[in-house]
Amino acid sequence: MSTPSIQVEQAPSVQYLLRLGDTALILGQRLGEWCGHAPVLEEDIALANIALDLIGQARAVLTRVGQLGGQGLHEDQLAFLREERDYRNATIVELPNGPRRPGDFAFTVLRNAMMATWFRLMWERLRESSDSELAAIAGKAVKEARYHQQHSADWVVRLGDGTDESARRMRAALDTLWRYSAELFESDDVDSWAAANGLGPRWDSLREPWLAEMREMLDEAKLPMPADSVFRSTGKTGVHTEHMGYILSDLQYLQRAYPGGVW
Amino acid sequence: MTDAVAVPADARVQRAWRVLHRVLDPEVPAVSVCDLGIVRDVIVHDDGIEIVLTPTYSGCPATEVIEQAVIDAVNGIGLGPARVTLQRAPAWTTDWISEEGKRKLREYGIAPPSGNAAVAQGRPIRLVSRERTACPRCNSTNTERISAFGSTACKSLYRCVACREPFEYFKPL
Repeated sequence: MSTPSIQVEQAPSVQYLLRLGDTALILGQRLGEWCGHAPVLEEDIALANIALDLIGQARAVLTRVGQLGGQGLHEDQLAFLREERDYRNATIVELPNGPRRPGDFAFTVLRNAMMATWFRLMWERLRESSDSELAAIAGKAVKEARYHQQHSADWVVRLGDGTDESARRMRAALDTLWRYSAELFESDDVDSWAAANGLGPRWDSLREPWLAEMREMLDEAKLPMPADSVFRSTGKTGVHTEHMGYILSDLQYLQRAYPGGVW
Repeated sequence: MTDAVAVPADARVQRAWRVLHRVLDPEVPAVSVCDLGIVRDVIVHDDGIEIVLTPTYSGCPATEVIEQAVIDAVNGIGLGPARVTLQRAPAWTTDWISEEGKRKLREYGIAPPSGNAAVAQGRPIRLVSRERTACPRCNSTNTERISAFGSTACKSLYRCVACREPFEYFKPL
């Protein structure tokens, strides 16, 4: 028999933190797929290191979710025993790395740059959180996100302003990814509650500084700044793409097959 | 083996610090956890001894190994039962690595973090201002960065143009 799934609370504090923690968790899981497959050894190591940081940040946030939730849930239960609809990551991080495994390096580089810029701005704001534990997690994570952003931005410029082929691949990645960024800057009852209670910022307040930094990066990479799209993804409300189930089968397999297994 | 309870609290704290200076970082076994500045406090309680650690990186796989090594070291000299608590704030910075630690890193072949990490926290979104990191072997500053991430998240990969040797640089954080 499989392990029963857990239910999580709908309280806005829990939901707000799940959005953050799950976005880090799923991007970390995606980047882990590059391990042993990146185009060069140095990048293989870099992507694995960034994945480790993201998973470490996710662990800290999910642990805090467990403490705030009142059900005494452990980080592992939260990471491994939820149903798909209870994951609250932004959709952009669950998109496959490319059409074929392990993926398209240009796509990964651009997504990492977009997400690291978003995370860095988010963690900077969360250092002021009324929740001292979240503020402490952010104080650590912001330094890591800074390195992730700088490393990814270097690659965006190198590929965007590189060969015809690398520039073509970066433009294709921009076409695919940009529309998913809208979700990162949409606000609703959950983050409005968080902002009103000092837990963290409304997501829409990060939009302007994010756009400014992305514009700076893309200009230097000689890549066009894409236009806004009317498309809206919905991962943070629990409605995911068809790719999410495959991620979860990888992510959850061991805990479902061997309940409570530990190292 | 001394009966821990019979030793006064101050002496137990001092002995704990002494043994902690011999607990090495499993990923960089040239420096101790004290050299790295991750041991923030040692507190004696009625029911044991508490060691307060601050993790280096959120995802550092060595954190749990270090916790266990610290507990084993303190229990090993009869000061236990030891327990570890993790303190995230203030966040660890390479500025806490001691001068002794920096010297040991250099001798081990890893360039220690230069400058002041607290100052290096501007907003440049790219690594445009490449620092001139001195080669730990020949001391030349004619070096170049190969990758921002080395064998662990805390190090980046460099090459010395003068002596042609690759080396790692402990990144300011």
